Amino acid sequence: MKLLDFFKRPRTAPVARERLQILLAHERAVSGKSDLIAILQEEIMAVIAKHFPVDSEGIKVKMERGEVVSTLEVEVEIPTPMCPSFPLPAKAAPAEPPCAAEAAEAGS
Amino acid sequence: MAKVLVVTSGKGGVGKTTSTAALGAALATAGKNVVLVDFDVGLRNLDLVMGAERRVVYDLINVVQDDAKLAQALIRDKRVPTLSLLPASQTRDKDALTDEGVARVIAELKEKFDWVICDSPAGIERGATLAMRHADVAIVVTNPEVSSVRDSDRIIGLLDSKTEKAEKGERVEKHLLITRFDAARAGRGEMLNVEDVLEILSIPLLGIIPESFEVLRASNLGSPITLNNPVSAPARAYFDAAKRLNGEALDMTIPSDRKGLFGKLFGRRAA
Repeated sequence: MKLLDFFKRPRTAPVARERLQILLAHERAVSGKSDLIAILQEEIMAVIAKHFPVDSEGIKVKMERGEVVSTLEVEVEIPTPMCPSFPLPAKAAPAEPPCAAEAAEAGS
Repeated sequence: MAKVLVVTSGKGGVGKTTSTAALGAALATAGKNVVLVDFDVGLRNLDLVMGAERRVVYDLINVVQDDAKLAQALIRDKRVPTLSLLPASQTRDKDALTDEGVARVIAELKEKFDWVICDSPAGIERGATLAMRHADVAIVVTNPEVSSVRDSDRIIGLLDSKTEKAEKGERVEKHLLITRFDAARAGRGEMLNVEDVLEILSIPLLGIIPESFEVLRASNLGSPITLNNPVSAPARAYFDAAKRLNGEALDMTIPSDRKGLFGKLFGRRAA
């Protein structure tokens, strides 16, 4: 039996190849994505900073990949005293000062 | 027109220094003026593999910091007169290498030589990125093994983003050199085969260096494999790779050491 096992040693290279293909597909996507997100975060911050005093931690950029549509989520935190009052859409009754956090969503 | 070539891999121990020495000597014996530059500051080994460890007086850092002239630091090979070595420093750390200093030394070397071959340290830190910084051509040394292939993929990404050429919107010419390849094991499905590695990394193949005890024998003696035993299988593979670097189109073969019946029966044990 042992002799037979020796002659029928399983081929391990195809497993290596498959594991690498899956891993690298993932790693390449991640490294490409994080670069783009970092650039977006920097550029968005530059635009916001023209109008509000914000720091780099106040801006969160997130991308979620969906099958058909992916979403890019940008969340900007601004200290309330710095926040100018915006006219709100008529529907929403302004129960509290119109400023807590701004959230913008864009499909990509 | 001088070419700057970086030999890199990400992973350590895959054969960067062995390949630098072997290819440099092969190009030099073909009549090219070649300089090998060791970028592995603190862990230099190219001097040892080249058999020049007792001739090091000044090193790359001395030249970068203007403590020595380039001509004082270059070591001319005793076997091949067109081959020189610029050793790394063994005592300093790599922070002593400045971007401007390295750029100046590389520019000066390009005036004197046809090929400036930079032996990169392992890893993806400053030493490795400095070694690839000014490259026109890159050789990615890969073993047919999962961790080496993964690290090579990472290095290819860096070659496409962190080099001077990449920043100018140009491309570093990249070549794959598969080392320590065992055709028999690959044939039995025990080792990634050449097609697998090529498909995963998708850069052109420069050569396949077969696993051989001749490589260790050469490094024991401080002689590049292409000088120590030019007819051995790995040396022939390196000579072919060097010819391809010079633009020759050769059929891709995996040289093997011919064994007689005695060698076939007992060769394995000896290896």
